[in-house]
Amino acid sequence: MSSILAWLPYAVAGWLLLWGLYGIVKSRNLVHLIICLVILQSSTYVLLLAIGYKAGAVAPVFADMPLGTPAVDPVVQALMLTDIVVEATVAALLLALAVQVYQRAGSLDPRELVRLEG
Amino acid sequence: MRLRLVLFAAGALGLGAAYFAAARGLPPVGGYSGAYGEVLNAVSVGERHATDVVSAVNFDYRGLDTLGEEFILFASVLGVATILRKQQGDEEDRNEPAWQARQAPDSDAVRVLGVWLVPLTVSFGLYMISHGAVSPGGGFQGGVVLATAPLVIYLCATAKTFLRIAPPWLTKAAEAIGAGGYVVIGCLGVLAGKQFLENVLPLGTPGAAWSSGTILFLNLTVGIAVAAGFVELLAIFIEEVLRRET
Repeated sequence: MSSILAWLPYAVAGWLLLWGLYGIVKSRNLVHLIICLVILQSSTYVLLLAIGYKAGAVAPVFADMPLGTPAVDPVVQALMLTDIVVEATVAALLLALAVQVYQRAGSLDPRELVRLEG
Repeated sequence: MRLRLVLFAAGALGLGAAYFAAARGLPPVGGYSGAYGEVLNAVSVGERHATDVVSAVNFDYRGLDTLGEEFILFASVLGVATILRKQQGDEEDRNEPAWQARQAPDSDAVRVLGVWLVPLTVSFGLYMISHGAVSPGGGFQGGVVLATAPLVIYLCATAKTFLRIAPPWLTKAAEAIGAGGYVVIGCLGVLAGKQFLENVLPLGTPGAAWSSGTILFLNLTVGIAVAAGFVELLAIFIEEVLRRET
């Protein structure tokens, strides 16, 4: 049982990565595609947290516990925070592009956007 | 479509196999044995008087990265504003009829809920921003929480009320002050004859809200910038929706 739990987070991260990619490949709507990208990127959160986790350790916040209490790695958590901010900004930018595409082409289906207009 | 799926399946199999091989080389979850995390957990309260080590990492030990992160956010807000403004021709005028068209919701329950939610989100957001160095939270998280207050106002009042609470000049000024303030605080270290973004302010008592030197003030500037940036994004997208409805 514990051996399953020891590898499950890595499996979940890989699962999210591959299904996010599958959604992007299959997508017929740009908004759907952007959400698939967000799901794909959430695999990195799981991976980062899994790497920094230490069995039996607490969050790296020492406001109400003595120094020296075993705590998980704060570096990957800080990285994950950066990751989330970047994801939110990328999603906002892509959604703005999707709005613009809809105004120009009247459609959000990527297949109908293949022809170039000069 | 069929061909695309076949191509994807081939690629996904390859990627999955490579990922599986890579994951097998990682230590099992819970068996973390990195050096930096242990060092930071041991020294950050003593060195920086910040009891939230994640904040100490973000705003001090790798404060320069967070400067870049903040400017990614800044650039993204700028990008969205540019992309969606092009069609309006001239400078946007948020007094245009679109903003006046939306009525407040009829439901008393929605409005009462809003009256309760707004002070809660504002105080919780300010708490998270100001206590970033002490407990989980910080400028990024608190800024987003703070930015939801104008959204709640938009949802349970008119669009004009949203504009009165968060006028464009205010969000733009706050965004610029927040982003620029980070650099100014970073320059304090240079002025003191030390490195850029070095923690040169008095550190205070660990665990007190007024502690950890520059970490507190960097959290404040980031909180202002993030809240203003998200409100600006909200205003842009809301305007887009409203223009479509009228």
